[in-house]
Amino acid sequence: MAETTTNTPARPGRLREFWRYFRENRGAVIGLYVFAAFVALALGADLIAPHDPTVQDRTATLLPPAWSEGGSWSFPLGTDPLGRDILSRLLHGARYSFFVGIVVVVIAATGGILLGLIAGFAPKWLDTIIMRIMDIILSFPSLLLALVLVAILGPSLLNAMIAIAIVLQPHYVRLTRAAVMTERTKDYVVSARVAGAGRARLMFITVLPNCLAPIIVQAALSFSNAILDVAALGFLGMGAQPPTPEWGTMLAEAREFILRAWWVVTFPGLAILITVLSINLMGDGLRDALDPKLKRS
Amino acid sequence: MDGRDLILETRALRRRFVTRKPLFGPPVEVRAVDGIDLRVRRGETFAIVGESGCGKSTLARMLVRLIDPSEGAIRFENRDITRLEGAELREMRRHLQFIFQDPFASLNPRMTVGALLEEPLRAHGIGTPEERRARVAELLGRVGLLPQHASRYPHEFSGGQRQRIGIARALAVSPKVLIGDEPVSALDVSIQAQVVNLLQDLKEEFALTLIIIAHDLAVIRHMADRVGVMYLGQLVEVAPADQLFTRPRHPYTEALLSAIPVPRVGAKRAARALEGDPPNPIDPPSGCRFHPRCPYATELCRTTVPELAIGADGASVACHRAQELTLEGLAAEGGGRSPDAEKRFALYRARRSEREGANPSSPSQLTEI
Repeated sequence: MAETTTNTPARPGRLREFWRYFRENRGAVIGLYVFAAFVALALGADLIAPHDPTVQDRTATLLPPAWSEGGSWSFPLGTDPLGRDILSRLLHGARYSFFVGIVVVVIAATGGILLGLIAGFAPKWLDTIIMRIMDIILSFPSLLLALVLVAILGPSLLNAMIAIAIVLQPHYVRLTRAAVMTERTKDYVVSARVAGAGRARLMFITVLPNCLAPIIVQAALSFSNAILDVAALGFLGMGAQPPTPEWGTMLAEAREFILRAWWVVTFPGLAILITVLSINLMGDGLRDALDPKLKRS
Repeated sequence: MDGRDLILETRALRRRFVTRKPLFGPPVEVRAVDGIDLRVRRGETFAIVGESGCGKSTLARMLVRLIDPSEGAIRFENRDITRLEGAELREMRRHLQFIFQDPFASLNPRMTVGALLEEPLRAHGIGTPEERRARVAELLGRVGLLPQHASRYPHEFSGGQRQRIGIARALAVSPKVLIGDEPVSALDVSIQAQVVNLLQDLKEEFALTLIIIAHDLAVIRHMADRVGVMYLGQLVEVAPADQLFTRPRHPYTEALLSAIPVPRVGAKRAARALEGDPPNPIDPPSGCRFHPRCPYATELCRTTVPELAIGADGASVACHRAQELTLEGLAAEGGGRSPDAEKRFALYRARRSEREGANPSSPSQLTEI
């Protein structure tokens, strides 16, 4: 028996198991496909987009989408008040959104996991200090705090990302600390201590990999949060600055034309909605597949 | 082997846990381990028995400094290790290794068996990567697993196999003392015998000293050279295993022995079943801690604490009436078997050692107890 199974590597087994649980959630699979499609569109924006996103065509301002009266197929989703192609701007905007999502999640997760690990292993006074600071950050409405931070740092996409990362960080700290607290009393951690593992090895190699499942779920969900917050900051004029084709900024620029030209606000809004929805659906599936508390059997 | 050569000893070792800290007044404490003087000789198998909650696990964990003692001292090879920190503590742990009770909880589920066995070597900076890999293969073979198993994860193994991985991990750094906290009680009976035999073989091969915590007296009788009986955080009797089982001197030991089922038709059962629960260790009884449950208790027992007195035969007992009482133990080892059965066992043993000589790494399936 031993000989026949020895060569089965464990890695694909775990991946396959993950996929089995993930596939059970239909919404999550749809979310994954939509998300993948958006990523592909963002990556291929240069090839797909019919126009340069910042070039203005003065002869074609506020042109309606191609299928409605007065539209033209050279601007499939119409143009904005400055004559820029909305489809091209949306495609390039997708890049910003994903870039923002990735950067924010990486910053927030790295910082949050580090602080959470330290809080989980530290003596009580340090743990208390870290957690109370996180409680204070959490007690502000997140968008308001981000606004204040951007006001201090100055409005730009980068500063908006930093602000949002700081606002999202406490969730990771709490999650990591809670997971570390439950893991560190387990026998295998004690066993690593007996084996002579140092503090750093205990934190990063013994405990952290066993805490990752809920953190991955949180990362997926805060990815959409980050996109939403950056759009909100952009809409308030505190995020990406024009003429950057960022979705929230596009909404802000088109605000005064809402009644006259529905397409200038509808398409960026739809883009945000669909992206965030698909990521959230996917995150739910991830939770089903990774969270041991929700796992059947 | 010098009988007086102590490898590990404790002096008046105590550990208190705070259970409740009221806003005013003194905190409520449990004295989990309350003044243990333990002397473990080099090369012996020392067993500690007692019912649940008597402090055996706390004691075992203190011996490897996983729990810090509140008072008292632990001496390893005549060196005080009670307050070691950092690198010194790590170096000391190289010689004192621990086997856990639950083989399902004590192996990191995210590490391969190879990485698990390599971890102690890496932590102590022993060998080059190739040497370590060779050592891992050797260790796996020694506990009856295949070298290929190194790339697998713990969840792919059975309970007995996992416990053997735990033992291999403890052995990796060539310790002098192996402390097992109920090393077999989470396993099936058939697997227990396997692991017990493996431990004994390893003990002889590597000249280990074993300290086994257990509540299963059958396992202990099979393994131990000397046995310490714990009750409510204190040692009440320490004696060579044979003597303890056949001629117990403390009433609590007698009660423990009478609880062993006798696998024989018409066996005489001693009517010494203990009544009541063990007292609350937050508020232990006055005098001898066993007196509320002891059938032989006198007025003296209620008021005065008995000392653990070393008797003429090297055994020690903490009982005021140890001299006058004649307590009932078990029949001598082997007495329970008919001569025919004894002959068959002898034959079986001979076969087994023959087979093991040819293939020393295969763990035996023998379920002799």
